[in-house]
Amino acid sequence: MPVKGRVVVDDTYCKGCEVCVAACPQEVLALSETRLNSKGYHPAELIAAGCTGCGICAIVCPDVAITVYREVSKASPVSI
Amino acid sequence: MTRELWKGNVAIAEAAIRAGLQAYFGYPITPQTELLEWLAGRLPELGRAFVQAESELGAINMVYGAACTGTRVMTSSSSPGVSLMMEGLSYIAGTEVPMVLVDMMRGGPGLGNIAPAQADYNQIVHGGGHGDYRAIVLAPASVQEAVDLTVLAFDLAERYRSITVVLADGSLGQMMEPAELPEMRPLPTTVPDWAVSGAVGRERRFLSSIYLNPPDEEAANLRILRRWQQVQASEVRYKEYFMEDARFAVVGFGSSGRVALSAVRAARAEGIPVGLIRPVTLNPFPVAVIEEAAKQVDAMLVVEMNAGQMLDDVLLASKARIPVEFYGRLGGVVPFPDEILDEIHWLSREKLSAEGHPRDRWLARMARMN
Amino acid sequence: MVTMTTEFEKLVYQRPVSLTDMPTHYCPGCTHGVAHRLIAEVIDEMGLRERTIGVASVGCSVFAYNYFDFDFVQAPHGRAPAMATGVKRSLPDRIVLTYQGDGDMASIGMGEVVHAAARGENITVFFINNANYGMTGGQMAPTTLPGQKTTTSPNGRDVELAGFPIRASEMIATLEGASFISRRSLHDPKNIRLAKKAIRLAFEAQVRGLGFSLVELLSICPTNWGMAPVESLKWLEERMLPYFPVGDYKVHPALAGLRI
Repeated sequence: MPVKGRVVVDDTYCKGCEVCVAACPQEVLALSETRLNSKGYHPAELIAAGCTGCGICAIVCPDVAITVYREVSKASPVSI
Repeated sequence: MTRELWKGNVAIAEAAIRAGLQAYFGYPITPQTELLEWLAGRLPELGRAFVQAESELGAINMVYGAACTGTRVMTSSSSPGVSLMMEGLSYIAGTEVPMVLVDMMRGGPGLGNIAPAQADYNQIVHGGGHGDYRAIVLAPASVQEAVDLTVLAFDLAERYRSITVVLADGSLGQMMEPAELPEMRPLPTTVPDWAVSGAVGRERRFLSSIYLNPPDEEAANLRILRRWQQVQASEVRYKEYFMEDARFAVVGFGSSGRVALSAVRAARAEGIPVGLIRPVTLNPFPVAVIEEAAKQVDAMLVVEMNAGQMLDDVLLASKARIPVEFYGRLGGVVPFPDEILDEIHWLSREKLSAEGHPRDRWLARMARMN
Repeated sequence: MVTMTTEFEKLVYQRPVSLTDMPTHYCPGCTHGVAHRLIAEVIDEMGLRERTIGVASVGCSVFAYNYFDFDFVQAPHGRAPAMATGVKRSLPDRIVLTYQGDGDMASIGMGEVVHAAARGENITVFFINNANYGMTGGQMAPTTLPGQKTTTSPNGRDVELAGFPIRASEMIATLEGASFISRRSLHDPKNIRLAKKAIRLAFEAQVRGLGFSLVELLSICPTNWGMAPVESLKWLEERMLPYFPVGDYKVHPALAGLRI
């Protein structure tokens, strides 16, 4: 099963450059068609399920606008 | 400490060391190279910083960097090299960090020659670098005075977060005279609270001469100007000789002031009531002293090794009360006392006119002489 | 006994501490932002922030001191390596870096950087190469490619009149005082990762006192190239890489074995 991830794009920083959109291997990012930030850019956002938390968007983002989370499964013994 | 025979350039360099010089960045140029060479040996010996930069341009920017860290720093050059430093000096002034510059003037403009001159007065006293700024300018006339003023230069620079220039000429740099150097001062152990040094346990600082918002730039300029008013009020220095009963005054700085003193002594021996005013700080200029003298004497003679640069400051300060005449030698020529004595004779006997500019009258006299 | 699996979210990436919170003034897509971020990440990872003093230059990055959260000074155009020399010679145990563009480092400042390298100054120079002068509106730079149109080469750089671009990394790598000279590119994730490694090695060189280090970072300038950011990344890859190959041009032996 593919790893699940989540990204948060901070509207304060995003300039709508679309580099993350092009770089995302899962193609789950796009510029919002409805929202504008205070500078007049359409910020990037997740538009579909499938983010794996790979972090490539954060690596290419010039404005450090993206925070990346990844779900981790940890197996631990529990006694009943 | 004992009096020893010192070469001007070397004495200035060693005086800086004794005053606590921590870093020096310079470039060879005649007639100040001995200063660089002396420090090349002494600073590493003492574990302090020395770099012969790739050019004066490099040197002044290295000074700028060091000054931002609160380090006691100096550079030296001669006229063409100082021209190269003008950009850096403007930045240093705009950033309000202290430094000392020693300018051993030579014949110019352009490459000129390596003989002594005083033609950088305007460049140093009235700016040179772009923008509104003023450097404190000290003009020694002997090796001992150069030593004393070099030590003072660091103190003034740091007290007022200003550039201080020790303005001399090639003859002072090259001559050997007895002088007493001060004891070695211990190096400072703390840095000023504006210095950039690595943000350990504090908010980070940055030093810049950028004020993108014009009102902020104006505020910065006003702050610098108000500090300059403090300098004007407290730091004027000058020497007066035979002025108590003088009817005529000669005004000269540095070497030309010194040569003029010989002429004044000779004139006095002939009974001519002439005195000498020798500004030691060219900036702040001893305006009040000249103004007062202009109320006392019948005429003034300004003597310089340039085409009349301090002349304009004397004219301004004397407020057109009395005739002001001028005698200059250019291009690296140093006047002899008897030339100036001839001028004093002429000044004391001629019916002087306030028509026209003293420079034109001097040029006419020079033409008649040649 | 039963095995339970717990799902929790791990933070994979967030803003480095060595960057301030201020949004940058750089154009959308400008890789200055990537360069700033990588430098800040490495400084964080190496724990250097409180010891670092940056020297800002003149160009689009003139306000770099607004974006990095450590001590900074501002140099005149081209003079940053000289200013850095002044700082480092006064405070040898601090980490001193400059951050310069094509005009600043390779044109007006070429003398300063070459001599800082020749002297083996223990500073790190970051050279942002985007083949034009960005801040002043896209004039030809010493790094502009033959045939490339800029506002001062409107018909394309004519090598007969304007000569050929300068490969600064290769040139500076010939100097004895240079300890680590590398050219990397910021046009895709793989190259960005390699760029970060190079930045790390450069700071390692400085920390070890090995001499002068420089990292040239091939960058885009969408506004002055007249292309969207994504298109600009392609242009970099297709046009700049052949002339400015990526690689390590000098690696001090003491760095060669480092695993990072």
